[in-house]
Amino acid sequence: MSSETPGAGTTRSANHYVADVEETPIASIDAVDLDEKPSNLWIDAWRDLRHRPMFWISSILILFIVFVAIFPTVFTQVDPRACDLAFSNAGPAAGHPLGYTKQGCDIYSRIVHGASTSLSVGIIVILLTTIAGVVFGALAGFFGGFVDTVLSRAGDIFFSIPYILAAVVIMSVFSENRNILVIALAIGAFAWPSTARVLRSEVLRVKNADFVMAAQATGLSRMGILFKHVLPNSIAPVIVVTTLSLGAAITAEATLSFLGVGLPGQTMSWGNDISQAQRDLRTDPQVLIYPSIALTTTVLSFILLGESLRDALDPKARALR
Amino acid sequence: MAYYVIRRLLQAIPVLLGTTFLIYFMVFAMPGNPILALFGDRSPNPALLERLEAQYKFNEPFIVQYLNYLGNIVRGDFGISFSGQSVNDILARTFPVTLKLAVIAIVIEMIIALSVGLVSGLRKGGIFDASALIVSLLLISVPIFVLCFVAQFFVAVQLGWASPTVGADTSLPRLFLPAIVLALFVVATAIRLTRSSVIETASADFVRTAFSKGLSRRRVIPVHILRNSLIPVTTQLGADFGLLIVGATVTEGIFNVPGVGNTLYQAIIRGERPTVVSFVTVMVLFYLVVNILIDLLYAVLDPRIRYVK
Repeated sequence: MSSETPGAGTTRSANHYVADVEETPIASIDAVDLDEKPSNLWIDAWRDLRHRPMFWISSILILFIVFVAIFPTVFTQVDPRACDLAFSNAGPAAGHPLGYTKQGCDIYSRIVHGASTSLSVGIIVILLTTIAGVVFGALAGFFGGFVDTVLSRAGDIFFSIPYILAAVVIMSVFSENRNILVIALAIGAFAWPSTARVLRSEVLRVKNADFVMAAQATGLSRMGILFKHVLPNSIAPVIVVTTLSLGAAITAEATLSFLGVGLPGQTMSWGNDISQAQRDLRTDPQVLIYPSIALTTTVLSFILLGESLRDALDPKARALR
Repeated sequence: MAYYVIRRLLQAIPVLLGTTFLIYFMVFAMPGNPILALFGDRSPNPALLERLEAQYKFNEPFIVQYLNYLGNIVRGDFGISFSGQSVNDILARTFPVTLKLAVIAIVIEMIIALSVGLVSGLRKGGIFDASALIVSLLLISVPIFVLCFVAQFFVAVQLGWASPTVGADTSLPRLFLPAIVLALFVVATAIRLTRSSVIETASADFVRTAFSKGLSRRRVIPVHILRNSLIPVTTQLGADFGLLIVGATVTEGIFNVPGVGNTLYQAIIRGERPTVVSFVTVMVLFYLVVNILIDLLYAVLDPRIRYVK
């Protein structure tokens, strides 16, 4: 700007720092490209995810397993309960591609029918851990102070007992009426603090963000801020943990069934089948190996999905790649 | 430091009270005669029944019973097993074996985690890194009992490199196979943590300084990068310890190692609930103590921890 402006002597330095209006038209700075799609964490994550083979492989596997669990009869016509001791540990035969178990049941049919047990337990467990974890984590992180101390210490106590050991004790107490719901409760009762911890630390981070302060300035209530602004912006890590814990819950069910404190023997469960096959490991390893493959593949699918989601949703994980 | 130690120990008190209360509550707050319920459909030995009833004072209110149970634990009396043996006697016999197994497993775990994690972290995105990622995800997904059976069948039965079961002789070579299985079961998180820790440290300013003052890779990698990456890995060991306890229970059971885990495993399989409860309590207490020790070790390794609120 020129120096002959009146009064330049007193405000001399300021003139040099103001750009000419013509040089940078305000309109171009403020212009909003209306055609540009709005971007947020989820859209970014999706753009990242769709280029990942690990995401597609795990999603397709999970969809397939869910389909098998819902419609087992599409895959096998053989009744998993129709067992004949004459075929004990027999090899593959026509219509029985994987052979027979010790009791002479069809291995393939038992694996197909066992999928729904594993998935049901996993889904009920994550429903429980997510509800408990979100309530405890959100309240502790958002309200802080005394509420946080009480809720976090309570979580610490549950977290201090390895959840499989706790489930062993609970299942021992419920020796008469063991079913899918009871085993899911036994696992979920001590598995929720990890979800709560993850959400709490994320809420602590988000609640001091500028947009939360802006919402406060508009006069939104505390609960309104928590539900409309803080929770939606801190839920991403919970989704990652939940996917991973679905895999862990399926393992836990199988481990408990393997130990004999899981589902009763007549329930179709991969853990039970593996447990029953262990005595004949030396002579008939195939009876043990097929359900083990089904179990490991299912757990692996959820772990892979969880890992892909973590990479896509967590910028810090992305930096480490 | 003294302040930190005292604070950490004080923090442990409510957790200790809470965990013992939860375990006690789970078992003894059930309707009906809790002692008879403990035995399920099996009829208990009358002498044991009498001792249990005397020990837990069931006509007293619940809270008195709990305090009595807590008093027994504080005095170091963990009760009696199903067969009428004192749990302390069983522990004295089995604990050294489990400790030996766990120490071998942790040493193997650390060797694998540090070497694989270091190479993966230094060559981020390479073929080695990608394969290590796949293998560690697979190890996270395989349930411990499947891992045990695979090792037992292929290594012991097919190849004959080890004995499929350990039995009474718990010398180091015989414990090697179960220890490897246990190490593989817990190693995955440690590998991934070492890797991310190495990546973070390798881009730190002090590493750049070390390189720019002319130090060789052979000096910078072990002294500057690896040593500073060890701190988060150490704390992870504490969290992994819970996994190690569960893993040891199944591994000792399958390989027939005469340790604490095997005692718990046999008690679970046979449905001997008093023994199960006593041993779960012992293991949870042990887990808490190990975690306190690791937190204190963390404070020694990383001075920043001591000054955080």
